[in-house]
Amino acid sequence: MSGPQHILDVEKLRRAFGGLVAVNDLSFSVASGEVLGLLGPNGSGKTTALNLMSGLLRSDAGAIRLNGHDISGLPAFKIARLGLTRTFQLVRVLDGMDCRDNIRAGIVFNKPQVRAAGIESDITALLDRVGLAGQGNRPAADLTYIDRKRLELARALAAGPQLLLLDEWLAGLNPSELTIGIDLIRSLKDDGITVVLVEHVMAAVRALCDRCVVMSSGRKIAEGATSDVLSNPVVVEAYLGGVAAHA
Amino acid sequence: MTLRTTTLGAIALAAIVLLAFVPRLANPYYLALAISLLQYTVLATAWGMFSGPTRYVSLATTAFFGVGAYTVAVLGEVLPWPVVLVVAASLGAILAAVVGLSTLRLSGVYFVIFTFGLAELVRQLVVWFEVNKSRVLGRYVFVNVTQSDIYWQLLILAIAVFLIGWLVARSRLGFALRIIGEDETVATHCGINTTIAKVALFTISATIMTIVGAIMAPRWTYIEPSIAFNAMISFQVLIMALLGGAHRLWGPILGAVPLVILFELLSARFPNTFTIILGCIFLLIVYLLPRGVAGLLESGKARWGETFKPRAVA
Repeated sequence: MSGPQHILDVEKLRRAFGGLVAVNDLSFSVASGEVLGLLGPNGSGKTTALNLMSGLLRSDAGAIRLNGHDISGLPAFKIARLGLTRTFQLVRVLDGMDCRDNIRAGIVFNKPQVRAAGIESDITALLDRVGLAGQGNRPAADLTYIDRKRLELARALAAGPQLLLLDEWLAGLNPSELTIGIDLIRSLKDDGITVVLVEHVMAAVRALCDRCVVMSSGRKIAEGATSDVLSNPVVVEAYLGGVAAHA
Repeated sequence: MTLRTTTLGAIALAAIVLLAFVPRLANPYYLALAISLLQYTVLATAWGMFSGPTRYVSLATTAFFGVGAYTVAVLGEVLPWPVVLVVAASLGAILAAVVGLSTLRLSGVYFVIFTFGLAELVRQLVVWFEVNKSRVLGRYVFVNVTQSDIYWQLLILAIAVFLIGWLVARSRLGFALRIIGEDETVATHCGINTTIAKVALFTISATIMTIVGAIMAPRWTYIEPSIAFNAMISFQVLIMALLGGAHRLWGPILGAVPLVILFELLSARFPNTFTIILGCIFLLIVYLLPRGVAGLLESGKARWGETFKPRAVA
């Protein structure tokens, strides 16, 4: 199952909250360099799956392998240092700090000995990269919604991740912002960063994702190339109704 | 920036030199007041060092203070004074590390309650030990330390606390703690081992509190658990740091100085209703000055800058 070209392997992952099994027997792999969409109706367990991968939650069973090493059960800070970073569904920036310090937070605790030099220029480069050039000294609390998203992305990129998890990063953007956002994520792929994307904006999924995994009620119900998956009747049914149809 | 640092450094140095002469100049009453001022300045600054950035509210101050005081009561006559201080500091550090490792996973109100319980637990343990093993209720503190010695030791400790706080704030540890205070989840995802960071700073802060207790012990000739582990110390330190503003290193001193003087006046004039007045002061401070005097000064400075900002020529 786990080949050298897989950056992430999720095997038989399970997590329950009391009686509710949020993630049930979930298995999939992410190939190095691809953009994988993780889709499914609200409450299907996508965010829980991301939380298990990033170490925010612990799994009840199953394995998560990053570059072949089992990371399930590791604390989030170790997973981050191993090269897996993320953004959050509800944007989390450090409101009491300026933009530069927000990005600095992503840099200095990852591989500190390697990145001791050149931090300031790295920060400036990241600000440019996400479209916040010249905003470095603004308090994060003053930023607009899309700029907060940009800043959060910059912080996640600051650690130099191999694998980036984006939890509805494009949600709530207006059409022109959406175009900017899609281009930005595409540029990450061009830089060789593997991306797992939880997303409801179908235009973005079509534009960005090489492959998709679809979840419903905690289980994987479909997986494959994006256009095939989106036309799969099982997926359409999961989105439009019949939640328990495949239990 | 450098000019500002130099100026502040010069002012601090001049203040230290002046303060060092207080025991020579002041009468015993004012020396005692000066000792109180230094004691609470150090305690509140140490408290703010941890609780300011992390926003974890600790009521364990008296537990560490008491451990320091009791170490002196037990070992003061046996060991040389510097060794006693080192032993006290070590005990405080060990206690803080153990407590920190077991409790800093708690957050919010659970942490507050635990720290309050901890102080009581340590006190009860000491009572139990003294009654059942040592067969004494209190202890006499006979060490050859004068009021002036206490004052000078506290002054040195105060300088050390501000230096440590300044260094920590500029270090990776200080930055990590500020991120934890903002959002602990983000902190872990930034690669911060939040447990280690919190325990490290909690231990530094608690060790300082323990040393204060040890230095202060000779001031009482007789101590018992209810004196050394007085819960009032925890609450007073908390309210001083909050009044001053715990988000700045120099904040707590702005709360400690006026409150020590106020408590001194109040307890002399209203000995019986003192705690009631104290409670009302607590409420007022939390309602009127949520960011403390430091926050008030900062917003005042910002408003001043806003009003007198040079206007762009159109």
